This record gives sequence, structure tokens and C-alpha cells, in this order.
Amino acid sequence: MEILEQIAARLERGEDQEVRSLTQSAMDQSLPAPKILAEGLLAGMQVVGDRFRAHEIFLPEVLLAARAMSAGVEILEPHLGKTDLHSRGKVVIGTVKGDLHDIGKNLVGIMLSGAGFEVIDLGKDVSPQQFVDTARESGADVIGMSALLTTTMPAMKQVISLLKEQGLDSSVRTMIGGAPVTGDYAREIGADGYGFDAANAVESARELVG
Amino acid sequence: MRPRLQFLDKELIERIVSEALDLLVTLGMEIQNDSAVALLADHGASVDQERGRVTFPGSMVMEAVEKAPSGFALYDVLGNQTHDLYDDKVHFTPGSSGITVLDADSGTMRTPVTNDLVRFTKLTSRMEHIEAQSTAFIASDVPGAIQDSYRLFLCLLYGEKPVVTGAFTIESYGLMQDLQLAVRGTARELAAKPLTIFSCCPTAPLKWSDVTAQNLLDCAADSVPVEYVSMPLLGFMGPVTIVGSLVQHTAETLSGVVLSQLANPGCPVLYGGSPAAFDIRYETTPMGAIETQMIDCAYTEIGKHLGIPTQAYIALSDAKALDAQAGLETSMGATLAALSGINSVSGPGMLDFERCISMEKLVVDNEICGLVQRMIRGIEPKEDFPAAPLFEEMLREGHLLIADHTRKHLRSEHHFPGPVIERANLPRWQEEGSTTLGERAHREVQRHLGEYEPSRLPDDVKKELVELMSAEARRHGMEKLPDRES
Repeated sequence: MEILEQIAARLERGEDQEVRSLTQSAMDQSLPAPKILAEGLLAGMQVVGDRFRAHEIFLPEVLLAARAMSAGVEILEPHLGKTDLHSRGKVVIGTVKGDLHDIGKNLVGIMLSGAGFEVIDLGKDVSPQQFVDTARESGADVIGMSALLTTTMPAMKQVISLLKEQGLDSSVRTMIGGAPVTGDYAREIGADGYGFDAANAVESARELVG
Repeated sequence: MRPRLQFLDKELIERIVSEALDLLVTLGMEIQNDSAVALLADHGASVDQERGRVTFPGSMVMEAVEKAPSGFALYDVLGNQTHDLYDDKVHFTPGSSGITVLDADSGTMRTPVTNDLVRFTKLTSRMEHIEAQSTAFIASDVPGAIQDSYRLFLCLLYGEKPVVTGAFTIESYGLMQDLQLAVRGTARELAAKPLTIFSCCPTAPLKWSDVTAQNLLDCAADSVPVEYVSMPLLGFMGPVTIVGSLVQHTAETLSGVVLSQLANPGCPVLYGGSPAAFDIRYETTPMGAIETQMIDCAYTEIGKHLGIPTQAYIALSDAKALDAQAGLETSMGATLAALSGINSVSGPGMLDFERCISMEKLVVDNEICGLVQRMIRGIEPKEDFPAAPLFEEMLREGHLLIADHTRKHLRSEHHFPGPVIERANLPRWQEEGSTTLGERAHREVQRHLGEYEPSRLPDDVKKELVELMSAEARRHGMEKLPDRES
């Protein structure tokens, strides 16, 4: 089997050690790093994503594959251009002001990281100002907000308003989620995206960063 | 620890058995088959020609119980073992002998034809948690005289799983045995690797008809397993109390054990039944009634006490559609059956008492069977002690989603049902079409039928089955068997 196919296959099985050493072997064979990334690591990750959506594999397998992906990327990193590596984008996430429920938000963070996003997790009870400041300072592509209470949901709208006030709404996109949050509510408050579960949040984030 | 259900204590079981023996000794059974009567008489039973009843010496009954094996295995058409009918092992099989099918397109119950049975057999072959097939209903497009053997023929042609079946006449047993011999090759091989279970039903109260008694004797002679299906109806053709009807069930079933074990000592039998409550408001025999399910569980406790493997018609419903009643009655029955350790559980797929089969319900019931199979595996520690290291890992990593412990035990500790069972959150469910259970079940039926792969039975054997069945059909005036889908 060709080495890139082997990398993809090992990644699908979540074998991080093997992915690391195979990636190194591919480098030793003078294969270009972007090719190893695209046809080895990302190709494997694509299969994992498809199988997850088809319910053939579950969350743990996805996360293990993501870990294996990171192991390969570590080897490639010095040889990749900045655009190759951070193509997935940067997401600031947090549970909104007044809300202390963070299990769903944490799962979204884990899944986003697994899918190759750079995640800045502000935790819970995050003020609109914190969201906006962090996004500006870090150059984030997306702000992801979570709420479990209907009483704290309005804080999401405040973040969106603040982004507009500060002229950041064209560069920073917003996405929301949480048990009481709906796609209709997202449209109502002008959020750019919505995720009904963690896997769906990853899909939304992908669409937002294009 | 295996979770377990118990309705009767030892003292009550012994009293019920003792009262049943007393019935056999004093009142006896009405037996309408001369060979059976002669066999019993030869071994010391008393025959009252005038009253047409045979009374049994108590010792004869207990000797027969001793001879009955404590279990047996079943094998598919390819000769691979599928069933281990011992101890508290639980195997599910579709309900059988229905006379209608629930048509998913029209929502009505209609008379089934050949291709309904073909499709049901294909579907059963794909049900992970239903390990046997059954001759689930009759096909109306063949003559009545071959409707029993024709069911078995289609099952053996399209499915690989062993078959729970039965003969409607004395004559049709011969062809049904020939069909089995075609699959197994020799009588010796068939006896060594049983392929079917024949239901043999005494008639309440305390009677064996000519046909069922002869079927019993024929099965015994060929070492074909039987399940005795005694059917007291509480308050009608049986005492209104559960204990009273248990006495009747025990007497009728023990008389069957005697016949089988006299005919061929050691032949495989199941201590089965289909007793039912009798709902005097509607003059019906509800299989979903809790008393029906309780008496099923209770008689299997008696069977286990006697050391004989067990069977029951439970895990089915009286509902007329695939509705909440269908789900609740079937789930309750399946749960109680599994907790009772009933070895062969007949019922999945059935509605309308024991009259109607629904393909969509079979798909749903397959999920129920999967859930209860998980349940009876019980709760066991799996690398859980000492507990602290795993909790340290959780605190360190923030979660256990990819912990070794999770990866190792996720799929064995948790049963993941198929797409019929809705577990997505509301928005996802809406995005995926806001489907009802019925719609999802129908979609699954279509998917399974599309993915069906033909039985691996060799083509020459299939050809022989077709020749045997065609010849039988011709004998009964049908020149050509109905066309079948491939």
C-alpha cells in the first residue's frame, strides 16, 4: 500500500504513534508536506467524518482520529506554510453571561479541536465584552456562544450587537447553540450559524470559515 | 449477576406439579390417537375406553421427565450452531401461524400471499437479535392442504436460520420431514443437528387431538424437537386463577413429555405454551395481558424446576396497528421473558393476538430484543476498581471520551439500537424529516429487503426443495407453484 494511503488508514483507526512514524517516513521519502497533509492526514479525516455522520463510528473514534491527525501535523508543521496549517480557522467559544452550564460547550470545543480548528475556550459566564475583545485580539474567524437557559439566551444578541458597534461583524462570524436555542432564534438575532449538536456545530463552523 | 424474575417459590411449584400429577392419575387425558393410546397402555397407563380417557401412573410421568434432555442446540441450514437452549439462555423467534399481514401501504390487515412470506423470510434473515425464523403466516395462494409445508419450504429456501414451525395435518409431516432431509442430507445428520422446532398443541382442557398426538410421535421418532403449546384460557377453558391454570398447563405439558419420551427416550423437547387471559368483555384472548405474561413466566419456572428447556408465546401484542400499545405490550413481554430466562421466546412481529404479522413491527421488535439481551447481561465491574485512577484521568484530561477505559468498554457496556429508535435531539430529528416510528420502521424494512443476500444453501439443494414442493402441490391439484420474487 502506498504510504499516503497507509497514513490515512492508520489515522482512521486512531493510531497516533503509527501516523507519526509513517508521516516521518513520508517526509524521509521527500514527499512534499502539503501533499502528505492533503492526501494522507486530511483524506483519512474525511473518511472518519463521513463514517461518523453515517453512524458507523462514534465520537471517541473521531477524537482519536483527530489526535492521530495532530501527531502527523506536528511532524509536518515546520515544513508547511501558515496558510496550509490554519486553513480550518480559529474559533472563540464560551457559555454566555449569567449561564454556568458548560458540558455542551465543552463537547463543541473538543469536536472543533478534533476537526482541526484552533479553539480558544473562554469558559462559562463570559461577558459580551470578553467575547468581542478576545476575538479581536486573537484574530478569530468565529465566535461560538452557548446557553442552556432561556433567560441567558438574550446575551447572545448583545455579543452580536457589540460586534456591529465595533465594526467587527464583517470579519468575525457568530454561531450559537444550546438546548433551548433553535435555528429560528439564530436567524432572529442575526447569528451567522447554528449547531444543533456538537458535530453539527463543526459543520456550521466549516461553512462560516468557507 | 444475571438479573432474574421469580413468581413462584419452590413450595408452590412442588404443589402445582403434585396437583397436576394428581389430575393425570385420576382424570387423565382424552387422547384421540390410537398409536398414542397403545404406546401409553404398553407402558402401564390405564385406558378407559368408555370415557375415552387415559390415566397415567405418577411414576411414568416422573420417569419421562427424567429422560427429557435438559437442553439442546439448533443449527442453521448450513449446519452451523445458532441456538443453545440450555439454562437461562434467551433466543427470540418471530411469532408464527398468523393469518393476516399488516400492509404498510394501506395500513390494513389483509390475506397474505407467497411473496409476503418470501419478504418476511428475507427480513427475518437480517434481524440481528432474532435468531430463528418461523413459519410466520400462511400463504393463501396455495391449496389449504399444503399451506403448512409450503411455509417451511419458503423458509428453507430463502432463510438460513432454524425454523419454528408445525404441521396442520398428519400427512403433511412427511413432506416437512423430507424438506428437512433435503437440507441436512441424512436422517442421522438431521437428528444430530436439529433444524426445526415443531409446535404441538394439546387441546384445552386435558386433551390431545389425533393430529397433534401423531405429530408428537412422528417428531419424537425422528428426534425433531417439539414445543408443547398448552393453552388454558383463564376462566374459560381453564381455571380463572393463575395457579389453577398452571396446574392444567402442567398436566397437559407433562402428558406431552410422557408421549415424546416413551416414543423416543431422550428426544429434544421444549416446555412451552401459550396460555392466555380471557377478556370476557370482548371474548378475546389478550396476549398482551399482564396475567398472560405472568402465567407464561410462571410455567417456565415450573419447566426449569423439572429440568426441561422452555418456550413461550410472549413479546407480542393485541394492537391492530404499529402503535404505542404494540410497543408497550411487546416490550413488557420481552422484558419479563428475558428476566425469566425463557429459552425460546416466540412473538416478535405479531399483532392482533396471534393473528397478524407486521414486517415493520418485526424491525421494531428486533430492537426491543436487542435491548433486553443487553439487560440480561446484567451489571458487572469491568476494570472499575480501584476507581481513583480513572477519575484522576478525567480531572486531568477534562473528559473520558477517548480514555482507554471508554474505548475498551463502550461497545460492550452500551447497546446502540438501530435507526428505528429515535435518539437525536429535536432539531436534528426535524432536519432528518421529523419521521414517526412507523416511517422509520418502513424505511428499515425497505433497506433490509434491498440488502438481502440469498441463502447460501447449495443450488442443488434448493432445486430439490422446489421439486419436492412442486410434486406435493401437483398431488393437491396445483400444477405450478406461485411465482416468487428472487
